[in-house]
Amino acid sequence: MKLTKTLLATSALTVAAGAAWAESHMSSEMTLVSWGGAYQASQQKAYSEPYMEMHPDVAVVWDESSNEAVAKLRAMNEAGNVTWDLVDVVASDAIRLCDEGLAMEIDPEEDLAAAPDGTSAEDDFGDLLVSDCFIPQIVYSTTFGYRTDMVPEGVDAPSQICDVFDLETYPGKRALEKRPINNMEWALLCDGVAKEDVYDVLETDEGQDQALAKLETIKDEVIWWSAGADTPQLLADGEIFIGSTYNGRLFSVIEEQDQPVAMMWDAQVFDLDGWIIPTGLDDAALARVKDFVKFATDTQRLADQAKYISYGPARASSAPLVGQHADLGIDMAPHMPTDPNNAQNTFLYNYEFWADYRDDIDAKFQAWLAQ
Amino acid sequence: MVALTPISRKPISFVAPVMAAAGAFFGIFIGTANGSTLLGFLIGGALLAVIAVAIMKMDLPEKPVRWGLIVAFAVLGFSLGGIPGAVVGAAFGWFTGWFAYWLFEGRYRAKVAPYLTSGQVLWHFAFRVICGAIFIFLITPILVVMPLSFNAEDFFTFTPEMLRFDPDGYSLKHYRDFFTSDAWQQSLWNSVTIAPMATILSVGFGTLAAIGLSQPHVPFRRAIMAILISPMIVPLIISAAGMYFFYSRIGLQGTYLGVVLAHAALGIPFVIITVTATLVGFDNSLTRAAANMGADPVTTFFRVQMPLILPGVISGGLFAFITSFDEVVVVLFVGSASQKTLPWQMFIGLREQISPTILAVATILVVISVCLLTVVEMLRRRSERLRGMSPG
Amino acid sequence: MSNASEAPTPDDGLRLMESADTGPVLAADGTPLKRSLGRALRRQKLRALMLIAPLLLFVLLTFIAPIADMLFRSVENQIVSDTLPRTVVALKDWDSTSGELPSEQIYEAAYYDIFIAAERKLHTRLGSRLNYELTGASSLFRKSGRGLDDIGEVYQDQFEDLNKAWKDGETWAQVMGSDAWLSEANSWGKSSGKLAPALELRDGIAELLPKTAESYSSFANFVRVDDGDNPASEDPWSLVYAALWQDLTSGADVSAYSGPNADLLQEAASAAQDFESISFTDGFAEIDEDWVDTPIWQTIKTYSPKYTSGYFLNSVDMKKTPDGPALRDEDQRIYGLLFKRTMFMSLVITISCIMLGYPVAWILANLPARTANLLMILVLLPFWTSLLVRTSAWKVMLQQQGVINDVLVWLGLVGDGDRLVMINNQFGTIVAMTHILLPFMILPLYSVMQTIPQTYLRAAKSLGATNWTAFWRVYFPQSVPGIGAGSILVFILAIGYYITPEIVGGTTGTFISNRIAYHISSSLNWGLAAALGAILLAVVLILYWAYDKIVGIDNVKLG
Repeated sequence: MKLTKTLLATSALTVAAGAAWAESHMSSEMTLVSWGGAYQASQQKAYSEPYMEMHPDVAVVWDESSNEAVAKLRAMNEAGNVTWDLVDVVASDAIRLCDEGLAMEIDPEEDLAAAPDGTSAEDDFGDLLVSDCFIPQIVYSTTFGYRTDMVPEGVDAPSQICDVFDLETYPGKRALEKRPINNMEWALLCDGVAKEDVYDVLETDEGQDQALAKLETIKDEVIWWSAGADTPQLLADGEIFIGSTYNGRLFSVIEEQDQPVAMMWDAQVFDLDGWIIPTGLDDAALARVKDFVKFATDTQRLADQAKYISYGPARASSAPLVGQHADLGIDMAPHMPTDPNNAQNTFLYNYEFWADYRDDIDAKFQAWLAQ
Repeated sequence: MVALTPISRKPISFVAPVMAAAGAFFGIFIGTANGSTLLGFLIGGALLAVIAVAIMKMDLPEKPVRWGLIVAFAVLGFSLGGIPGAVVGAAFGWFTGWFAYWLFEGRYRAKVAPYLTSGQVLWHFAFRVICGAIFIFLITPILVVMPLSFNAEDFFTFTPEMLRFDPDGYSLKHYRDFFTSDAWQQSLWNSVTIAPMATILSVGFGTLAAIGLSQPHVPFRRAIMAILISPMIVPLIISAAGMYFFYSRIGLQGTYLGVVLAHAALGIPFVIITVTATLVGFDNSLTRAAANMGADPVTTFFRVQMPLILPGVISGGLFAFITSFDEVVVVLFVGSASQKTLPWQMFIGLREQISPTILAVATILVVISVCLLTVVEMLRRRSERLRGMSPG
Repeated sequence: MSNASEAPTPDDGLRLMESADTGPVLAADGTPLKRSLGRALRRQKLRALMLIAPLLLFVLLTFIAPIADMLFRSVENQIVSDTLPRTVVALKDWDSTSGELPSEQIYEAAYYDIFIAAERKLHTRLGSRLNYELTGASSLFRKSGRGLDDIGEVYQDQFEDLNKAWKDGETWAQVMGSDAWLSEANSWGKSSGKLAPALELRDGIAELLPKTAESYSSFANFVRVDDGDNPASEDPWSLVYAALWQDLTSGADVSAYSGPNADLLQEAASAAQDFESISFTDGFAEIDEDWVDTPIWQTIKTYSPKYTSGYFLNSVDMKKTPDGPALRDEDQRIYGLLFKRTMFMSLVITISCIMLGYPVAWILANLPARTANLLMILVLLPFWTSLLVRTSAWKVMLQQQGVINDVLVWLGLVGDGDRLVMINNQFGTIVAMTHILLPFMILPLYSVMQTIPQTYLRAAKSLGATNWTAFWRVYFPQSVPGIGAGSILVFILAIGYYITPEIVGGTTGTFISNRIAYHISSSLNWGLAAALGAILLAVVLILYWAYDKIVGIDNVKLG
C-alpha cells in the first residue's frame, strides 16, 4: 500500500514539477532553431552571446531541428501550436514555408538594420532576398574536396568538375549527396550540355535520362551521403578520393583538422541560408524576435560570423569587414565561396526549377539508385 | 554438474601433431604478411612441434616455460611488426604455452564427461570455439569504440599515431568535452529525468494489466493483448510520425509530459511480456490461501504476489528503461529542444558534426553498465550464499 | 475408464442443478448456485478488466490514436475540394478523356477559387499537393496566385476610371452591406480586441448581383477574420470588380436597386457593356500555357474527391489516371523493389540471428549459472549500448580503411589495392543489424532452453540415439517456441528499422522505412508516407497474427 502511494505521489509530483518548470521557462525564453554543429556554434558566438550580454533577461534555447524544420512547422501550424520563435533554413525551404503561409512576411526597411553607411537593408542584401519571408545570413556553396595524397602521380590535381566523372585519370571512390539536386546539373555539364541550357535540358525526360546515364558511369564508385558530416569523415578516413559537401565543412577539415585535403571550387553551387519567423507568434514573442533578428543580421554581426566559419556574409556591406579566423588567425576572405578566385565558375541553386521538378526527378533518381 | 574425469598425460604422438597443426595455421597468416605463405606454414608448424617435443621430452616446469614463451614470442613479434607485433606475439606466446600444457597434461578432459568419445570431445571444444567467435562478434564493436574515444583527432579513425601507441595520438579531450559542454550535460540530465518517469509509468500500469491478463477469465484477451503489445510491433518510424502529428494537435508535442508518455507507451510491451511470463508459473492457490486467511486484495498483492513476480517486474522495468534511454526516433519527433535526450544529442553529433564525444559517452555508459551488472551479479551470489544455496 | 466416468466431478453439481426435478442447488447464502457462480464469474471478469483498463486506456490514447490518425492521412484528400470548391463542382460534367479543354465556366470557377485561395495563401499548398501527381503544378499555382490579379485589374481600372468612388472601400460597403451592419462596423475599433462585425448583406442585393455578393462576402470575411481589419473600410479585391462586371453584363436590372450609390451603379451598368473584357480562359492562358492544356485539369478532376486511393496506388508503383489505375513508368518504380528488399533482408537477418543465437543460447543454458551470468553480460552489453554508437562502430569496422580490412591487409589475406567492400551495401546492413538484433534472439531462446532439462538429451543418448538424433528429435523440438519468439521479434523489429540502414546501407541496403522517413521529413508527402506505413503495418500485423495462431503471443519471453 505504502509503495503504491509513494509511487503515485512521486509520479504526480514529477509530472507537476516538469510542467511547472516548462511553464516558468516559457515566458522569457526564445527558441532558435538551427543546424547544430560548427555552424550553430558560430551563430551562438556571433549573434546570441553578444545579444544576451545586452539583454540578460532573454534566455535563448537552441533546437537543432533545421533539417526537419518544414515538416515540423507544418505540423505545428496544423495543430495551431507554434513553439519556435526563429528558424534557420535554406532558401528553398524558406520559399516553401513562405508559400504555405507558415513563415511571416518581413519588411526589410522596417525589420532589418540599415548598413553603417546608410544603405538600406533592401539594397544591402540585394538579390539575396529571394523570398518575402527570408532574412539571409550567409552564402554557402556545395563544392568538392579531395585527398591531396591520393592524386595519382604525374597527374595534376583535379581542378574541374568533370574530373569527378573521370575515373581513368582519377581512380578512387567519390562521395555525392543522395539527392538529384546539384548532381544532375554537374552530370549534364560534363556530358557536354552548356551551362545556360542545363535546366532546359533537365526539364525533359531525355535530359533526365541523359544526366542519370552520365552518373551511371561512376555509380559503382560513389558513396552517397545524406548528412553534412559524412564527406569530411570519409575524406579523413581516406575512404574516398573526392567528395561534395558544404564548403564550411571542408574548411574545417583542411584548416582546423589539418587533414591532407584540398578544395576544388569549380562549378560550386551557391545557396543561401537565413532566418524565417514562423507565423502565429504572440505579440510579445514577435517583438522579442524582431529585436533579435534586427541585431543578429546587422552588418557587423554577419561579418563576425565569418570569424568562426567560412561562409560568406549575405550583406554587401559586411564583406570588407571579414577578418581573421578567431582561433587560427588566418585570413578568412580567401576561403569564402564568394571570393573572386573561387567563384570563377559557379551555379546558383535554381529554386523555381527544383520546386517543380523535385518530386518527379527525385522519384526517378531514387529508383535509379535502388537498382 | 559434470563428474570430474581423471586426467593423465597424453602421448607425444598426439600432442606434437596437434601443436604443429596450430602452428602451421597461425604461420600461414604471419607468412603471408611477410611474403611467403608456404614458408610461414612450414616454420610455424615446425616451431610449435619442436616446442611441444621439448616440453614433453625434458619435462620442463610449467611456469617458467610459459613465461619464457610469452617473452620469446613478444620479441619475435616486435622484430616483425613493432609494438603491435609485440602485443600480438605476447598473446600468441601465452596461447602456445597454455595450449601445450593443456594438451600434454590432458587437462581438456578434466571437465567433460568420462564416457565421451574423442570425436565428442573434439566437438565439445569446437562448439565452444564457435560460441567464442560469436561472443567476439557481439563484443568487438564495443571494444573498438573504446580506444577511439581517446582519439586526439575529431574523427572516427584509428590514426597512425594511435596504432604506434604514440601518446600524442591519444587525448582525453572528448571526455572533457562531454563533462564541460552544456549541451551534453543538459541532454544527460534530460535522459536521466525522462527515462525513470517513463519506466515508472509503464511498470505501474503494465504490472497491473499483466495481473489482470493472467486471470483465468478475461474477455477479449487476444485483442487486448494485441493492443498492448502493439507499440513493440508497429515500425518505429510510423509510431514516431503518428505521435508527432497527434501530440502536436493536443499540445503535447515538445513537452516533457509528451516525451514521457510516448516513451512509456513504447516500454509497455516489454513489461507486459516479462510480467505475464512470470505469472504463468504463478500458483494462484497462494492468493486464494492469502484471501482465506483474511488478507484483502491489496495486501495479498503486495505481500504475496509482488515478491514472487518481482524479478519479472524488474526485468521488464529494465527493458522499459533501456527503451527510453536509447530511443532516438520518437523523441526526435515528439520532443523539442528542451527535451533533448542523450541519444538525440548523439544523433546530432553524427549528422552535423562527427565528433568522438559520442564514443566517449558510449564508453562511459558501457563502463557504468558493466559496473552495475557486476554489482547485481555479486549481490545475487551473496544472497544465494546467505540462503545457503549452492551457486549454480 | 469406467471408474473415472462414475467418479463425481464438479460438473455434476451443475448438471444436477439443471435437471428440473431436483430443484435448484442453493449456495450457502440461499441464492441458486448457478446464479451465484455466474455472479462470481462476472465479478472475476470485471476485476480483471478493471486491472487492465488503465493501461488499455493509456495505450489507446497515447499510441493507438496517434497511429490511427496517421494512417488516416493515407486516404485523406480534402485539400483539393476545400481549396477549389467551385472548380470541383464545375469539373463534374467535364469529360477528362475527351481531350477537349474545359469550358469558360470552369475557368471562371477556377478564377474565383484560386484567387481566394491565393489571398489566404492556400494555393501553393495545393500546388505542392498536386505536384506529387503532376510535375510543374507547384510553380503553376504559385504563378497563378499573382497572375490572376491581372484579370480583375482589367475591370477594376475601368470601373475606377469611370468613377473614382469605386476606388473606395466604403462605396462598396454601402452598396453591399445592410444599414445596421454599416453603422455597427463604422463604430468598431481595432483596439476593442474583438473581431469586426460580420457582414450582413443588404436586402435583395444577393438576388440582384449574385456573383458580386458572393465574392464580396468572401472578401469581407477574409478581411475580418484573417487580417483582423474592418471590411467596411478596406478596398475590395480585384476579383470583386470582375464579379460586378459579370453581373452587370449578364442582365442585372440595377434600376430595381434603390440603396446608397444607386446612381453609381446605374452609371456603371450602362458603361459596363462597352468595357474592354477578357475571357477567363485567355486570362489563364496568359499566366501559363499549361492552363490551356488538359493534364492539369485531369489531375484536379482525378483528385477532387475527399478521399483518394491515389496514395496507396503510388505506394505500389501505380498511379491514378483518368482511365483508371495504371503502372508507373518503369524508371519510377521503386516501392515494390523496396518492399521486396525489406522482406528479403529482414528474413536474412532473422536467419543469421538464429544461426548465431542458437549456439550462444544453448551454451548459456548449459553452463554453470556463475559462468553463464558472466557471459550474459557480454550479450547484454551491446544491448545496452546506444544503437547509434553500435552502428557507427560497424562503420569504423567495415569500411575499406576500417578495422577489419586493416587487419586482413596486415595479415596479408587481401592486398592493399583490393580491400573488401563490406559497407554501403546489403552486406553492411545485414551484419550491423544482425549484431544489433542478436540479443532479441538470444534472450527468448535462452529462457526457453533453460526450461529444457539436460537429462532428456542424456536419456535419448542412453537409449541409443546418436548425438545428432538426440539433438534433432529431442532437444530441438522443445526449443522451437524460443526460435519462434525470437524470430518474430527480430523480423518485426528489422522490418521497421531505419537508422542503421540509413548509415550503413548505401543505396542497395536501404529499407522501406528510409523512404517513409524521407517522405515525412523531406518531401512532406505525408499521405504517401502514411500509405507506405499502412502497408508495412499490415504486413507486420499479418505476421503477428500468424505468430499468435502458431506459437501464441504468451510464449514470448524476454530474459
